[in-house]
Amino acid sequence: MTRLIASNAIVVALAVTALGALLAPIAVRRGRRDWLNLVYAAVYTNFVLVTISTLALVWGLVSHDFSISYVAQVGSRATPTFYTIISLWGALEGSIVFWAWVLGMYAAAVVWFNRKREGNLVPYAAATILVVAVFFHILLLGPANPFQAVFPVPFDGPGPNPLLQNHILMGVHPPLLYLGYVGFTVPFAFAMGAMFSGEVASDEWIRLTRRWTLTAWGFQSAAIIAGMWWSYEVLGWGGYWAWDPVENASFIPWLTATAFLHSVMVQERRGMLKLWNLNLMVGTFVLTILGTFLTRSGIISSVHAFTQGTIGYYFLGFIALVLVVTLVMVAGNSDKLGSEGRLDAPFSRETAFLLNNLFFTVFMFTVLIGTLFPLVAEAARGIKVSVGTPFFNRMSIPLMVALLFLMGVGPALPWRKGAGPEVKAKLLPGVVLGVVAGVLVLVAGARNIYAVLAFVFAGFALGVNVEEFVRGANARVKAHGEGWLTALSRLVAGNRRRYGGYVAHIGIVLVALGVTASSTFKTEQEATLKPGESLTVSGHTVRFKNAWGREEKQRQVIGATMEVMDGARVVGVIEPRMNYYPTSSSPVPTPQVRSMLSGDLYLNLMAFKQDGSNVTVKVIWEPLVPWIWFGGFVVCFGAIIGVWPGRERAPRAAAVPAAATPRTEGQS
Amino acid sequence: MTMKKKTKWGALAAVGVLAIAFGWLIYGGLDSNVVYFLTPKELAAKGEQGFDVPVRLGGQVKPGSVTWDDKALDLRFAVTDGTQEIAVHSKGAPPQMFKDGQGVVVEGRYGRDGVFESTSLMVKHSNEYKAPTKGERPAEMYKSLMKSAGT
Repeated sequence: MTRLIASNAIVVALAVTALGALLAPIAVRRGRRDWLNLVYAAVYTNFVLVTISTLALVWGLVSHDFSISYVAQVGSRATPTFYTIISLWGALEGSIVFWAWVLGMYAAAVVWFNRKREGNLVPYAAATILVVAVFFHILLLGPANPFQAVFPVPFDGPGPNPLLQNHILMGVHPPLLYLGYVGFTVPFAFAMGAMFSGEVASDEWIRLTRRWTLTAWGFQSAAIIAGMWWSYEVLGWGGYWAWDPVENASFIPWLTATAFLHSVMVQERRGMLKLWNLNLMVGTFVLTILGTFLTRSGIISSVHAFTQGTIGYYFLGFIALVLVVTLVMVAGNSDKLGSEGRLDAPFSRETAFLLNNLFFTVFMFTVLIGTLFPLVAEAARGIKVSVGTPFFNRMSIPLMVALLFLMGVGPALPWRKGAGPEVKAKLLPGVVLGVVAGVLVLVAGARNIYAVLAFVFAGFALGVNVEEFVRGANARVKAHGEGWLTALSRLVAGNRRRYGGYVAHIGIVLVALGVTASSTFKTEQEATLKPGESLTVSGHTVRFKNAWGREEKQRQVIGATMEVMDGARVVGVIEPRMNYYPTSSSPVPTPQVRSMLSGDLYLNLMAFKQDGSNVTVKVIWEPLVPWIWFGGFVVCFGAIIGVWPGRERAPRAAAVPAAATPRTEGQS
Repeated sequence: MTMKKKTKWGALAAVGVLAIAFGWLIYGGLDSNVVYFLTPKELAAKGEQGFDVPVRLGGQVKPGSVTWDDKALDLRFAVTDGTQEIAVHSKGAPPQMFKDGQGVVVEGRYGRDGVFESTSLMVKHSNEYKAPTKGERPAEMYKSLMKSAGT
């Protein structure tokens, strides 16, 4: 019953979305606004139908209805309810259902907010989203059908992949990633809508999707950080980023989206880079689909690639279709996308943004080429290779250092004009902080030039971005006699996007400090210990107390109790474990982390004697790693500030004296 | 007009130079950092070219070849594909599932002394999860540990 409801809802949704997508251009050509309401109704109906289907699948999982193929594949009676629910995205078919649901939600929301708008931009944008929805419905009825009948109905199932039910972050990282990935469909659809409707010369599509783009970017940022955190907490090697193709798949569109968030300001202020921005947005969408292809087609073996099947061809076909249509459209519209302004001064804000875009684009191509190279090598020459971490590090570390520098210098530079004396004052706190950071890291023993530069520029960027808040708030205090905190909150409220951006910058600085410190100063040691023996790594001592085993509902656990010592005193306990799931003969390592402001003490149980007389543990001191996760929260907070609904174009010009902010950013 | 033309050509030339520099960097980077997946037979067949380059070596642990010093954390074993075997040396505890006959992937470099120095050792398990057979279940294997939990 559940199966039939879920399955038929998708069949109807396919029909509704296909009809809606066809009707939209007809309605526009004939000038029938009343038909457009039908198109919008198709968008809402699709959302209702995919919601029904998704809820039905979740219900199937929770009620252990093993007559549904997906439930029989990932469900098990022993799995805790939380992991049963989130196994919705634990395998291919369910994740496509969830994808379709997120897309349906975005589509319904964006159409609802823009339904009254005149002109043909929104109808064409709606049609574009509907076409994307059609593609995912076809997947659900074809190669990724979760609703096949299983007969005879098994009594129990194997449960989700052990790696995917071992940590609570599995409930966090995938939904965030989908909200990010799928969210980029909205600005893409409006970009296409702008080209189809001929409204591409105006910045309307950008203005209408500004918050959506930032929302998707915020989710995507959060998803990347959450994915790093998951890998750190679950995989047991003590790292959080390995340039694994699936990590790259989430990172590549983030790079182009971040470039877009910056270059779009040049378009809004100066009327430049219109064609470039259009390409960035279309490219971001294509890269999200490419990422889904890489992670979902089974072409790369990893925890994300679930099956090998025909689904890869569907994705390749869709990518080809999108590329052809967008290239034709962009080429056909490029004459309308000429630049209104021009670069006036070499050391202006525009230059900083141009360099920012250059670096982000080069970064994107580097990661993309490194990720795709093994596929190309295997297809062309039949050899199996992988691209090692040194390639990615060698290319990306200089780029990251350069971007950190730009992040500091950009906010201080004025638009149009070259650098004047006020720029020096704005840079001063950054320069001081940068020097301090450099001295500190040299004293700490770093000798790698990039590590030192990363610290210097992180300090520099932190100083300059914080200075923006201090300067703005001080000016308000002087002008209005407000309290400092009131001044600060009004300053931010007056230009949410700008100050949200600076908050995100500060978050990125924290992430950069964590990444640089942990990759420069990480120390690890492995030892086989008998009860009472201890091991010291970077001044942190742990003592092995005992090994133990325990039966849990869905698994069996072997653990080691390790005491954290301060001299002879026990100050804490860390219990790294191995979890044995009934469906897998190899255990899932379950490292445990003790976090402090200065870093993490990371323990992983590597091996143990059957009688518990000794264990082999790996102890890693990971300096500043918690800063990465905290920085991630700060980045998201910045995105929330930018997205938060407020008065458009607040009367800010009067509120802030011109002397304090020589630039009057025109946008909210 | 001429000014505009000039800047346009200048910009194009700059982009061209950057693109070439970028391509050259990428090519050089890939050339020296590509890791080959090889079986022992393929690695041996490479001869001279197989030494001192990053390789992922896949095969089975040759039964009876494992020596493990748990004080020095020193592990030696041979990886075989049935026809050819290669001696491997690695530092650190092997994964819990490491045993004779187990499929493994070792990443490292093949030294001229005929020993493959491994930097990472992974137990290979297929994507399909194999349920443990009788005797492999932890409750049976680690009976004494399971009991100690109760106390």
